[in-house]
Amino acid sequence: MAKQLMKGNEAVAEAAIRAGCRYFFGYPITPQNEIPEYLSRELPQYGGKFVQAESELAAANMLFGGAATGKRCMTSSSSCGISLKAEGMSYIAAAEVPCVVVDMSRMGPGIGDLTPTQSSYRQATRGAGHGGYRSIVLCPSSVQEAFDMMFDAFELAEKYGIIAYIYADGLIGQVMEPVEMREPIDPATLPTPPWALTGMHGRAAANHVHSGTDAEVFERLNKEKYPKIEAELQRWYDSNLEDCEYVVTGFGTVGRIAEVAVKKHAAATGKKIGFIRPLIAWPFPKKAYAKIPASCKKVIVIEANNGQMLEDVQITLNGKFDVVFEPTWGSNMPTVEQVVEMLAKHI
Amino acid sequence: MEKIYSKPALLYDRKFSYCPGCTHGIAHKLVAECIDELGIADRVIGVCGIGCSYFGGYIKMDFIGAAHGRAPATATGLKACRPDEIVITYQGDGDCSSIGAAEIIHAAGRGEKITVIMINNGVYGMTGGQKAPTTLLNQKTTTTQDGRQAERDGLPMREAEILAAVPGSYYIARGALNNPANVRKAKQYIKKAIQAQVDGHGFNFVELLSTCPTNWGLAPVESLARVEKEMIPYFPLGEKVVDGKPV
Repeated sequence: MAKQLMKGNEAVAEAAIRAGCRYFFGYPITPQNEIPEYLSRELPQYGGKFVQAESELAAANMLFGGAATGKRCMTSSSSCGISLKAEGMSYIAAAEVPCVVVDMSRMGPGIGDLTPTQSSYRQATRGAGHGGYRSIVLCPSSVQEAFDMMFDAFELAEKYGIIAYIYADGLIGQVMEPVEMREPIDPATLPTPPWALTGMHGRAAANHVHSGTDAEVFERLNKEKYPKIEAELQRWYDSNLEDCEYVVTGFGTVGRIAEVAVKKHAAATGKKIGFIRPLIAWPFPKKAYAKIPASCKKVIVIEANNGQMLEDVQITLNGKFDVVFEPTWGSNMPTVEQVVEMLAKHI
Repeated sequence: MEKIYSKPALLYDRKFSYCPGCTHGIAHKLVAECIDELGIADRVIGVCGIGCSYFGGYIKMDFIGAAHGRAPATATGLKACRPDEIVITYQGDGDCSSIGAAEIIHAAGRGEKITVIMINNGVYGMTGGQKAPTTLLNQKTTTTQDGRQAERDGLPMREAEILAAVPGSYYIARGALNNPANVRKAKQYIKKAIQAQVDGHGFNFVELLSTCPTNWGLAPVESLARVEKEMIPYFPLGEKVVDGKPV
């Protein structure tokens, strides 16, 4: 299909509509405001509904109710707003109701600031709320990926009965890039799941959507469901891993910048530098890191935070390779030149 | 022999788990009767707040367990996605007027076409009888052991009157479950609050003054007398908003 120049947030909103989502519950917070603005204008034209909630707390709990009807529903927010949504997300996770949450994240704790960083990786990948639940976390590095991942998000959420979480930064939300559109899905063609709250309408037994987890449910989630997703869902992008001497890894926008820097530095130094960029951060793509050859001397993790994905890399590699970390602290993404300088320290 | 009274068809054949003298059972029965009589049993989706009552465990209907205080938000999501169904929340006074104060006020403010039933027994029952926003002055609770003091603990809040002041409210009433006459009136309020939603109106709310003998430290009959003597004078009964207009 033809490409359109779109702002990331608008591409996410348009992708949601094309993926068959007709219901959005949210609360204003920068830098994701174009998502609710776009959907407030567009959803009613598709017979859908946009609700501006009184708070992120309420929005997440509206999402719980909406998604429990079996329809495709979503919310979006940003770091500190996600903290407020954490309650509802934990309930949704406990009830195993599929839905999509978009986080165009901000920098730092507290109110933080708007500059694009990756400082909410832990919040995204560890479950923002209580109880040790999991969400599938998709990490786009471009507007096109953000657009495409919205389709994946709804599909994966429904396949596994789980929250699918788009973890991006404000740059993805605010930048304009060309996006290749996809054919829209008509939500009328999507089946109503058997557990959905529809009103009984002659059904013999009532459907109950519980957010209460007893020990049996908790054990099933952690012994069966989450391990199954971890085994099945490993998505990443890699390049030049064969016989490489070094591996550089990063996700999202930083991953995209790092890949360019890696190519430059490899060309300049003649070193063999492999590259891994997780497309999904939970489940962490352990299979990607298992591909790192014995010839590798060092794994270099680059993030726009204080070393959060770093922990996943360290857990995954479990001491097998020397792991070093290069951060950028807040207030912006690194340039390609800055990443080349980082690489030059280690390679 | 002609059968002139029976358990509502919608109530599961299951014993209530409530303490002796608790009026949750009466409230459940009234809601079930109203749903039966309105002929909407197939269209109802219940939303349960956090508290002693496990509404969906007793009334046969599709049902979701909401987070503490968030039932009006969860109901908003349900109603957005299933506007033809009848969405009824069943919440306590702690749920509604304390932790969920924002959710219920804004559900009213948006004129959500839902029906909220709030059980007001003046304490947090399930957690063991702590002070609620509705706890009366001098009432002893586990967190006001010398009785609620205005200076220290503030004054009891009147949820029905608060919601009556919100422009989006369509039907607001307060009933009591302490004697047959009041139970009959309460049923009328519940029925009107559900009928309004069936007719496409909202926001609809009924507060029901209820007992908690266990946490009040009173026998069941004494508890009913306390509703009459202490609660009703502070929480006046009656309709507060009808057809979107203050009464």
